[in-house]
Amino acid sequence: MSIIEPIIAIVILGLVIWFVGQPLRSRVAEQDDLRDDGRIADLRAARDAKYRQIRDLEMDYRTGKLSEQEWRSLDRELRGEAVEVLHELDQLVPPEQRDVAAPEPPAAPPASDPR
Amino acid sequence: MATVGHACLIFALGCSLYGVVASLVGARTGREALVRSGRRSLYALFGLAVIAFLITEFAFLTSDFHFTVVATHSSTTTPWYYRLAAMWSSQQGSLMLWLTLLAGWSSLCVVMLRGRLRDVAPYAVAVLLGFGAFFTAVMLFSASPFETVPVAPPEGVGLNPLLRHPSMMIHPIMLYSGYTLFTIPFAFAVGALVVRRVDAEWLRATRVYALGAWLALGTGIILGARWSYVELGWGGYWAWDPVENAALLPWLTGTAFLHSVKIQERRGMMKIWNASLVLATGTLAILGTFLVRSGVLDSIHAFVEEGNTVAWFFTTLIVVMIAGSVYLVITRRDNALKSESRLDSLLSRESAFLGNNLILVAITFVVLWGTFFPLISEALTGQKEAVGPPWFDQYTVPLVLILVLLSGIGPVIAWRRTSWSQLWRSMRLPAIVALLVAVGCVVFRPGNGDVAPLIMFVVGAFAIATSLQELWRGTRARQAMTGEGPLSAFRLLLARNRARYGGFIVHIGVAVLFIGIAASSSFQSVRDVRLGVGEQATVGGYTFNYVKPIAQIETAAGRLERITLGSQVRVTKEGKFVGNLYPNRGYYPAIGSTLGAVSTYFAGESVSEIGLKAGLTKDLWTAETPDISSLMPVVRRGDAVFAKASGQGLKPQARAVFLAAALSGLTTRYRNDPPPAQFRIIVSPIVFWIWLGAIIVFIGGVIAAWPSVGAVRDRVRARQAARVAQDLGRG
Repeated sequence: MSIIEPIIAIVILGLVIWFVGQPLRSRVAEQDDLRDDGRIADLRAARDAKYRQIRDLEMDYRTGKLSEQEWRSLDRELRGEAVEVLHELDQLVPPEQRDVAAPEPPAAPPASDPR
Repeated sequence: MATVGHACLIFALGCSLYGVVASLVGARTGREALVRSGRRSLYALFGLAVIAFLITEFAFLTSDFHFTVVATHSSTTTPWYYRLAAMWSSQQGSLMLWLTLLAGWSSLCVVMLRGRLRDVAPYAVAVLLGFGAFFTAVMLFSASPFETVPVAPPEGVGLNPLLRHPSMMIHPIMLYSGYTLFTIPFAFAVGALVVRRVDAEWLRATRVYALGAWLALGTGIILGARWSYVELGWGGYWAWDPVENAALLPWLTGTAFLHSVKIQERRGMMKIWNASLVLATGTLAILGTFLVRSGVLDSIHAFVEEGNTVAWFFTTLIVVMIAGSVYLVITRRDNALKSESRLDSLLSRESAFLGNNLILVAITFVVLWGTFFPLISEALTGQKEAVGPPWFDQYTVPLVLILVLLSGIGPVIAWRRTSWSQLWRSMRLPAIVALLVAVGCVVFRPGNGDVAPLIMFVVGAFAIATSLQELWRGTRARQAMTGEGPLSAFRLLLARNRARYGGFIVHIGVAVLFIGIAASSSFQSVRDVRLGVGEQATVGGYTFNYVKPIAQIETAAGRLERITLGSQVRVTKEGKFVGNLYPNRGYYPAIGSTLGAVSTYFAGESVSEIGLKAGLTKDLWTAETPDISSLMPVVRRGDAVFAKASGQGLKPQARAVFLAAALSGLTTRYRNDPPPAQFRIIVSPIVFWIWLGAIIVFIGGVIAAWPSVGAVRDRVRARQAARVAQDLGRG
């Protein structure tokens, strides 16, 4: 074993200690950064899931898996649930931090089954 | 560099243990610095694992036989690309590969989180580092790749010839990527259960890793099947071998999870089921590694060495994982895992997914029971008894038939509820296709009267037709909505609904694959025959003629690598030439053998290389076992001559020249006076469909796993939000 190998090992150890310990040496004051923002993340995930469901529901209707009546009924139900989620989200998130909806006009529901 | 490598492993163990403690304490006390330090431990573990990995690979590449692992698993005659892959043919190297992949995928996941799941992530990091500490400890205390000897042997034992196949360079990496990627959803499930936040967020954050694991493991399984088909010389691609099953188990539960997770994302239902599935999948992934590396069950794939002591390490880990998982699920069942809604209708996609889950879990239980039956029987009766393919087939075949049928029904049912009339309208066309296939089966009666493959053709055709219909309808609906051209509409349909339509493509691939399995396994013709030169055998309507023998010496790096004895087989059908096949068997020398100078070249491993003519509709497959008994008297005479010459002071250089001449003489003798050889000849219909199906599954899986383009997602989200906001205004 040459002398170079222990030296390389010591250098690696030093680098690891420096890298892993860096946050502990940071001057930034220790604070409770782990505040519970979990509820907001939950609601955002729930909101995205609702949007996905609304889109999928529309695709189900357009590909013939649902009648127009069933689609409208379920669509209304899902939108109602999405509204509840958005309502709760608005209460938790300050206005400047909200991901605001673009002022895009909603897609008009089809007048009849395209098939 | 062995010292540096060994030091890296020690540092990796320390780093992992520190990271576990820092992450847990940081999460408990809310000290962000400790959490960040714990996260950095994971990155450091990856760095250390990469250094150790590269040192080992460099030793293999340069044939540094000071490393025991290199001397026992490689040689100078092993081609350089196989030398690189030789690392994971060893216990030590495969554990190193596991650690490196685990640390790499885990680090990628934590980086990609970008601050999300801040309460769950520290616990997940602690679990992942716990796995890291485990594998590092196994290497340090049981199977170190950095064990060295002061004086290197002049030549290594060489890579197991069975593993000298291109797919073996990728197969272990894919399997281990699958196993290690499945530990990520496992770790996040543990974290989510600990903080009682089992919602859609952690599922969304880790779904891509679950899908990646499923894809990698599936690719590994198929590569293993392909290797078995072309390398092992028995003509099959699946034998229900314990190691094959070990990879299949987490893949099955992973498939179930990928379906049922959709229900939780949409409806907040099945939380206990999903948590249990993901925890079981992670545990089965470790079990898979355990079966490959421990030698606890007999397998043609388990390349286990003597003195193996890793079994106890793995058993302990698996017991801890099972106990911890059960504890977390039971203690969270009444609050965090409570379902948010109920099943609206039995006629819904949720029900179809639930049915699919039950079937997949049933298959998992069958495979698990059959795989561990030797241990169960030994524990109960004292005798180790194994169950064979017929036992597995009797349970799995009907279950798989139902599964393929459900994969055809699921896509045409809407979420939440649908009506019978609506369902019939959606299923009408696929049902007609299935009916036509059924009529074809009745009229033409293919095969030997076995009904199961015919049912598979019918349900497979139904599943393919359903998925194709959905892709077609989706494209048409998009065209109607946007006015796009058909190609553009199809492309954007896939791009904007990756999971849904990628999933349908996977369904098509699975159906094609199972049709291939049903046809090739049920309708194949197999014959074992002994043929001399000029003789022929007829199998499945094809005539196989042993035209001439082939014998040659193959060298690498100036040394003899193997002696190959084989044949040219001419295949004809009704007198018309179909093709030539060249099956052979390679004989590798036994390194370090005390046998005679010549016979040592026939005392090592011998590996069959098959002759294969593959086509869309049929595979013509041959393997040959040459009869070398007629050569052995000559070989023994050669041994005696060399022994006498060595006693008279024959110099090594002259010995090598004479030995080469003697071996060349042997091959000439075989060519001039070939003895009859034993042939296995197989004619199988549509084996190609299995590989084609796997490729389709892979493409569908990649489409489903591909991350969404941010801009597209944001635009869709914005539009949907505007619509919801408008409804809010009306309300």
